[in-house]
Amino acid sequence: MPTGTFVAGDYDVIVIGAGHAGCEAALAAARIGCRTLLATLSMDNIALMPCNPSVGGPAKGHLVRELDALGGEMGVNADKTCIQFRMLNTGKGPAVHALRAQADKKLYQFTMKETCENTPNLDVKQILITDLLLEDSAESRKKVTGVVVETGEIYTARAIVMATGTYLRGRIIIGEHTYTGGPNGQRAAMSFSQSLKEAGVRLMRFKTGTPARVDARTLDYDKMELQPGDTEARNFSFMSDITTREQHPCYLTYTNEATHKILRDNMDRAPMANGIIEGVGPRYCPAIETKILRFPDKKRHQLFLEPEGLHTNEMYVQGMSTSMPMDVQIAFLHTIPGLEHAHVMRAGYAIEYDCIDPTQLKATLEFKNIRGFFSAGQSNGTSGYEEAAAQGIMAGINAAMLIKGEEPLVLKRSEGYIGVLIDDLVTKGTHEPYRMMTSRAEYRLLLRQDNADARLTPLGRRVGLVSDARWQRFTSKQQHIREALGALQAITLTPGEKVNEALRAAGWGDIHTVTTLYDLMRRPGATYVRAIAVYDACRAAAVVPETSPELPLLTGEEAEEVEITIRYEGYIAKQREQVERMERLESQLLPEDIDYADVPSLRDEAREKLADIRPRSVGQAGRISGVSPADVSVLLVYLEQQRRQSKGDE
Amino acid sequence: MQQGDTIAAIATPPGEGGIGIVRLSGRTALEVAERVFCAASGRELASYDNYRAVYGHIVTEAGETIDEALALIMRAPHSYTCEDVVELQCHGGPMPLRRTLGLCLAAGARMAESGEFTKRAFLNGRLDLAQAASVMDVISARTNRALRLASGHLAGHFSERIRGLRGRLLEQISHIEATIDFPEDGVEDVVEDELRQTLAAVRQEIAAMLATAHTGRILREGLETAIIGRPNVGKSSLLNALLREERAIVTDIPGTTRDAIAEYADVSGVPLHIIDTAGIRETDDVVERLGVERSRAAAEQAALVLALFDGSSPLTAEDSTIMELAARAGQNVILLLTKADLPAVTTPDDLRRALADTVQMDDAADGASAPAIIRISTAADTGLDELAAAIKDIAYTGAAEGAEDYFVSDERQAAILRAADRELAAAEDTLVQGIGLDFVSIDIRSGWESLGELIGETIGDDIIDDIFSRFCIGK
Repeated sequence: MPTGTFVAGDYDVIVIGAGHAGCEAALAAARIGCRTLLATLSMDNIALMPCNPSVGGPAKGHLVRELDALGGEMGVNADKTCIQFRMLNTGKGPAVHALRAQADKKLYQFTMKETCENTPNLDVKQILITDLLLEDSAESRKKVTGVVVETGEIYTARAIVMATGTYLRGRIIIGEHTYTGGPNGQRAAMSFSQSLKEAGVRLMRFKTGTPARVDARTLDYDKMELQPGDTEARNFSFMSDITTREQHPCYLTYTNEATHKILRDNMDRAPMANGIIEGVGPRYCPAIETKILRFPDKKRHQLFLEPEGLHTNEMYVQGMSTSMPMDVQIAFLHTIPGLEHAHVMRAGYAIEYDCIDPTQLKATLEFKNIRGFFSAGQSNGTSGYEEAAAQGIMAGINAAMLIKGEEPLVLKRSEGYIGVLIDDLVTKGTHEPYRMMTSRAEYRLLLRQDNADARLTPLGRRVGLVSDARWQRFTSKQQHIREALGALQAITLTPGEKVNEALRAAGWGDIHTVTTLYDLMRRPGATYVRAIAVYDACRAAAVVPETSPELPLLTGEEAEEVEITIRYEGYIAKQREQVERMERLESQLLPEDIDYADVPSLRDEAREKLADIRPRSVGQAGRISGVSPADVSVLLVYLEQQRRQSKGDE
Repeated sequence: MQQGDTIAAIATPPGEGGIGIVRLSGRTALEVAERVFCAASGRELASYDNYRAVYGHIVTEAGETIDEALALIMRAPHSYTCEDVVELQCHGGPMPLRRTLGLCLAAGARMAESGEFTKRAFLNGRLDLAQAASVMDVISARTNRALRLASGHLAGHFSERIRGLRGRLLEQISHIEATIDFPEDGVEDVVEDELRQTLAAVRQEIAAMLATAHTGRILREGLETAIIGRPNVGKSSLLNALLREERAIVTDIPGTTRDAIAEYADVSGVPLHIIDTAGIRETDDVVERLGVERSRAAAEQAALVLALFDGSSPLTAEDSTIMELAARAGQNVILLLTKADLPAVTTPDDLRRALADTVQMDDAADGASAPAIIRISTAADTGLDELAAAIKDIAYTGAAEGAEDYFVSDERQAAILRAADRELAAAEDTLVQGIGLDFVSIDIRSGWESLGELIGETIGDDIIDDIFSRFCIGK
């Protein structure tokens, strides 16, 4: 049989790449009921963590909670396999509290692999895909029909999700030495970029990097600061009930002038500086040599030594990403307290790779010009496991919605960090690997990690990704919260010696007018547990009417939700108002076939940008740089005009 | 039908017509109106039916009556915007109108953005097809005009000032944000004392700018201007020439007002409130004695005196009286030699000497700088640009006490500054309550964004760019 004619299988959805985006995309599509193929370069490297061992942190932890609320896997998987948990930003407001965990990398991979392999409707195969199969579709769009494997066979499908990470024309750089390859000594995918170009896809070249791994037995721990995990066990997933976990510490140490001198003296050998690296790297994750150049006045830079797992001596040197030649890497590491005798087990390296310009995508992550072709993850120009996974689940859901002929799921900026992430990517594009940050979210107080389920689980249920067990748990939690809030509002305390005694015992201070428990919960430091104590004392003293309702018993999470809702009510209401104002523009959808040449009075720059980005709504149009408020008004009027015209035609 | 937050604006063009309308639209339009309007019947506005015009007064919180007014109530969806709308029709000219608007803003309305009423009307499906097409042109035209205005005389210093304030706020925001987004990257802690100081300093500067909104009310409420001169010197022609620039002439509509209405001219962006225009017209041809008397009264009231002398004839005794009025007044004076198209008989030097004599005689030489002397001809259209420039000089430098190099020139700017100040006050308050720097950051960011509206700077990735340029962050 000649090459390219053997059809080895037919699927609804094929996912190319089994990293963090690919796994979520494949699991989502399969769980919704689509026959799905997950294609990986290596069965041994599913859900590989080629960079740091950590999951979560500010904004990233929020993404994990959100994708969990939708029915994704990353949170569950991290809860099962992480060996240190810390809640960050606890000194700040609840909106920026962020859970960060250290994974046992291998355990994380194997657990995810096991889940994928055992999910109904999902096949996992080690194949390297070289080409996309397309055919012409209506309105000058193309549509996908399948993929070609390097060994010649074909898999057909109606939807394809590309989640190719850093593998497209991957190139590894260590000092003067470069070679083609993926992360951690893997193969690169060298042909697929060409196939994308032929399909009319615009590519960009990005760069990222990773530090060396050193042998845990060769470190001097006395010279470093211990960074233990939290004592209280926490979980990413709303479905996890893990309450105890053995915690493994990290270690903190610092660079010094000797480190910096070695780096400065060898700057002419830095691939970043001497032109070997051409790709654009991220600002938030700069190589140590870049830090030295950009912040010459900084006397020291901190680094963390993080265990890569329970069954390895490899320690990740967080903060020391580098692509310096080996002699320089070893020399500068040895200047650092605690690392004087460190044995390097793996070198730090930089990797360059092809990714797509994400403004070619719709908010569903489907290519505007290729029906059925989706893209998610690092190949969309992002960085980070969490960002990748968040896109993966959305691409998987929307591929499934396309197969089923149902409404796609697009999250608003006011609904989740996932919405912010994807809206930023498809509206503004990115000029460097994009990292999620809380400061990118304009409605941060609404997008808390504690209420991710309230925001997104109903949407996950709608698309068929939220299991009955999760749905039941969710609805009962919401009901408890509603009951508690209702009861707090219904219980009024009348000033009197006994009432004030109870209040003083809770540390709340006297009342002088009739006050609801709800209002008392606004006082600084007020907790639901104390509200119950006050109420019990008042009832024991018989100073509340017998008809007053019961205060339901709540779990810690439920109580926290109640406390936040009351304490920050004013701020939350203010943000909701802002959302409402924005929503009116978001709900004005622009027709997919709108011809901006036909819209009078637009400025030329706006016309060009709009035609290029093709925003989904007037609200999105307004966020495109180069589109002014006046252009937005013009669009609104134009839409109204069209509506009336079509009404008149009927 | 959705109702937005409540917006307010003056719905009639400045200086046009004897009635001015402040329009409110949105969810709380009635509540806001209730707080600034007192029906003569003593009843609440809410108790009236749709489309009823209710007679009453605009009253401040302190009980001061600003104006006599009619309130017209149009409930959703039976209004222009399809929202609850209240129109307050005022009678008393530009100043009470602006104060009425100010009261509405203080009572919870927000200053409408340019074209926002129309935009809401569209969003709620109010306008028909033909209207829609024409409004699109208006929107783009309006924007161009706004752009022109923004790049005008005020833009330079004012924007620089605002940019400075925003820069200081941005520094604080990105520091806080860096500590939030990169808690493990060794970003040094935000020093709350420094933050407090920055907030206080910025608020102080905003207050100073807002103060120019009062002391420099020239720009908002007009420069009280007297046009004086003996009969036939050309007062009436000058008045007409000044008013022509504005195109709109305020007329006294019978039955709508009690007092004589001043004429209101816009000279290169400086509003002139010209005193006793009726007197100018009458005295320019007839009763002589009355003419001087009226000039005297006008000059006493004025902040700017335009003293006219006939350049085509010798100075007379009456001119000396006029010169005395000009010299004595101690305000800003511009001496005008009219009829410059005719052969010159009186020269600028003659005027200077006459002025010097008068000042000596008066013994009132207090070192004030010499007034500008300009030759004009309304017939040949010469000298008017020079006059406009001289008026601008006075408005923007000399006259406005307390103003430095910037002015808060309209109610919109003042409203935005007040909003920014409120946000920063909230930030201070949040800081005191100690509920978390991320909340403080949100408040400061709102203030920073408000200030951005003043200079048309859009919200972008500034904060994130600033974080990365200032803090060394990375794994």
